[in-house]
Amino acid sequence: MLAKRIIPCLDVAGGRVVKGINFVDLRDAGDPVEVARRYDEQGADELTFLDITASSDARSTLLSMVEAVAAQVFIPLTVGGGVRSVADVRALLNAGADKVSINTAAVQTPELVQQAAGRYGAQCIVVAIDAKRVVDTPDAAPRWEVFTHGGRRATGLDALDWGLQMQDYGAGEVLLTSMDRDGTRIGFDLALTRAFSDALTIPIIASGGVGSIAHMVEGVTQGHADAVLAASIFHYGEHTVGEVKRALEAAGVEVRR
Amino acid sequence: MTIVVVDYGMGNLRSVAKALEHVADGVPIVVTDDPAQIARAERIVFPGQGAMPDCMRELEARGLRAAVLDAAGNKPFLGICIGLQMLFERSEEGDTLGLAILSGDVVRFPAEAMVDAEGRRLKVPHMGWNQVHQSEPHPMWTGIADATRFYFVHSYFPQPAQAELVAGYSHYPFAFCCAVARANLFAVQFHPEKSHRAGLQLLANFVNWNVRSGTIAERARCS
Repeated sequence: MLAKRIIPCLDVAGGRVVKGINFVDLRDAGDPVEVARRYDEQGADELTFLDITASSDARSTLLSMVEAVAAQVFIPLTVGGGVRSVADVRALLNAGADKVSINTAAVQTPELVQQAAGRYGAQCIVVAIDAKRVVDTPDAAPRWEVFTHGGRRATGLDALDWGLQMQDYGAGEVLLTSMDRDGTRIGFDLALTRAFSDALTIPIIASGGVGSIAHMVEGVTQGHADAVLAASIFHYGEHTVGEVKRALEAAGVEVRR
Repeated sequence: MTIVVVDYGMGNLRSVAKALEHVADGVPIVVTDDPAQIARAERIVFPGQGAMPDCMRELEARGLRAAVLDAAGNKPFLGICIGLQMLFERSEEGDTLGLAILSGDVVRFPAEAMVDAEGRRLKVPHMGWNQVHQSEPHPMWTGIADATRFYFVHSYFPQPAQAELVAGYSHYPFAFCCAVARANLFAVQFHPEKSHRAGLQLLANFVNWNVRSGTIAERARCS
């Protein structure tokens, strides 16, 4: 049967991996090819690169980075950050990305998702949703709102409704980040993950809040996620992808070995 | 010798070309939509991504049907993903006619069947790493253990009319055909170019594949 996926996430700026990469024996911890190779060797099922500068003049640098990684690492690559048009999607796919993640632009122009999925296929369009819990009456069922611009701007959109709409528009997958948990290292918002995974028929990648291997396991067993994404537990050399897979296996989850 | 990757304007051919270059040991990999180059090449890779109706339309628009049919009948030929689906007679996706090199249809994962053993719903597209069970020994499986995982991303799968076409199958949640073989032709639903060591091994096997049993065209002449 299909294995649950473990996806390390790399932030890039100016074509270099940034934010706390700490592999002991890497010559240059910021080199995207070297970092990608290392995760590949550890058994990562996919890699996600998010361009955090995402300015238009940095696009060509990002494209050369994607080309360099794609020529050396033969597992699926998702690239996101600053994707605003079908032309951006095409450029990334031509450079060697297998999937392109669209976030803010999907909210601004939902038709972009339709057009991109129509032209290149749902399989390569990932819609990234940054969701924040709406504080309501304590006895009400939880709700989440979509935020854009790196979580700074509220949209008024109900996150689950938005996810269903993006599924209808042709998204092949949702990268779901809890803004409440992102960076906290206290674990996924499991209610959010499960609400999405149970309501949508496309795969859900859980993101935001992982601080331990146990959190990754919970994302699958309790959050029902199809894939779990993490950054810091891998970057700081605390854990390897292999350790996460062993823990998932011990919990009865199928993984790729 | 050259290996041609058929370019009909759909999807990401760079991944396929790069992975082939990685294993081809200096053999030139040419990505082209030129029928003459396809005719001259020793080996053909026929990839595909996106929607089958678009892929068939682009193939026709570029005048590549005859060149692909000829190659599929006469030389080592590897179909990948939609490149496998297009070899069949018809696809449910947009009710599209295929090239009909192989008999059978391409169908969608039926929504009502997508439930796992624990009663949990399975997602479509079928996306990720799944085990490929080898139905029969084949030179293309050399060095690849049975039940090795490959990377899949698709919502439709082939149903060959003859069981002997099936070279490999996978489970999601039922057994479905994910590799077909006939004479000089081999095609896979998964993406070898994205399947790490096992995928590179399969592509290397294609580069080295010595078709001994007669091509589809030769067999047709004999019968």
